[in-house]
Amino acid sequence: MLEAAGLECVRGERTLFSRLDFRVEPGTLLRVAGPNGTGKTSLLKLVCGLLSPAAGEIRWQGENIRRLHEEYRRHLLYLGHLPAVKDDLTVLENLHVACAVAGRPVTGAAARAALAELGLDGFEDTHARFLSQGQRRRIGLARLFVSGAARLWVLDEPFTALDVHGVARLTALVGSHVSAGNMVMLTTHQEAAIAAPRTEVVELGPRRPPAC
Amino acid sequence: MLKILAAVIRRDLLLAFRQRSDVLNTLFFFVVVVTLVPLGVGPETNLLRTIAPGVVWVAALLAAMLSLARLFASDHADGALEQLLLSPEPLPLLVLGKAAAHWLVTGLPLTLVSVVLSIQFDLAADAALVLAVSLALGTPVLSLIGAVGAALTLGLRGGGVLISLLVLPLYVPVLIIGAGAVEATAAGLDAQGYLLLLAGMLLFAAVLTPWAVAAALRISVE
Repeated sequence: MLEAAGLECVRGERTLFSRLDFRVEPGTLLRVAGPNGTGKTSLLKLVCGLLSPAAGEIRWQGENIRRLHEEYRRHLLYLGHLPAVKDDLTVLENLHVACAVAGRPVTGAAARAALAELGLDGFEDTHARFLSQGQRRRIGLARLFVSGAARLWVLDEPFTALDVHGVARLTALVGSHVSAGNMVMLTTHQEAAIAAPRTEVVELGPRRPPAC
Repeated sequence: MLKILAAVIRRDLLLAFRQRSDVLNTLFFFVVVVTLVPLGVGPETNLLRTIAPGVVWVAALLAAMLSLARLFASDHADGALEQLLLSPEPLPLLVLGKAAAHWLVTGLPLTLVSVVLSIQFDLAADAALVLAVSLALGTPVLSLIGAVGAALTLGLRGGGVLISLLVLPLYVPVLIIGAGAVEATAAGLDAQGYLLLLAGMLLFAAVLTPWAVAAALRISVE
């Protein structure tokens, strides 16, 4: 279970949000909503531990993630704005490398199957620099199909640059991950209907009433 | 543990292999700088023999500097650095892997080619051998210390100049002892003490700098 208590995020001189509380129970999809510039990406980075909160704390199974380090990151899979795709590597190499660095090495067959799920079969040995934006995005997303023990997915705008088929494939995948008793936290501007046992929304925005 | 180290080294070597021109540029820079000196100074063998250790070591230092800015920059730009930081494996270990890969594509080629280049300076065989050994022990230290500078200046404007200012002073001990080993051999003394000191520095840097780099990287992405 993931909990945030009294979170405050300051970027530069600006306070993006403060006194933010939420809980993500197993089997929950948490959607972070709000206009541009309200701190959705920052919130996701806080949850991953890439940023540190100005106040408040984030707890995983009741323990502050600052103290858990590797133990927390073992359960975490984060896909950010930047797809972390290397232009000079082939599609298959990119997936292998990303999984190896994440400490979840995959077999060749599993990697090929994951790429096929996202319609990248036939492109395995193509260098990533020759692919379109949407296809590069899919290389990153392919990691979700071989995510192993990652219980918490944190996805920043996962639907960006995807076509209708890709969106449908991803929605189904996220839905089944949540249904299996895991947690997904994502930001999106598209209203994607994801079938999840429980969906919660964190609304960020300038006019959010102070939670006291 | 060793698996993830091997995975990071393999990844960076593969990337370096795909961007061969970067690697060759560094090596070519080293060869050209070292070659220019005997051409400029003229064929005075005694003088060349005296300045050889210093010239080769300074050129190695500058060549290592050249390649440092790229160490984390591309990972930072395409988001791979975030993924490194979120790896469940210990970050210092990943950093050590990156530094090792950096050495394999910069320090190691310099070391090997230095044996050939020392002919230009009319170095005796034993001095040339000690030069190569001192570079083999010293260049990994350059990669490790340089990684700290590269991590600290990540994402800053004018990072390249800043790296030089941060890192070059820290390279001084390596330069003095590395060049000292060759001078001692040329003077007929035993270089073992110098080489042991270099080996000590290497161990010290290998144990401590990955932690510093890890801390600097975490600050850089905030």
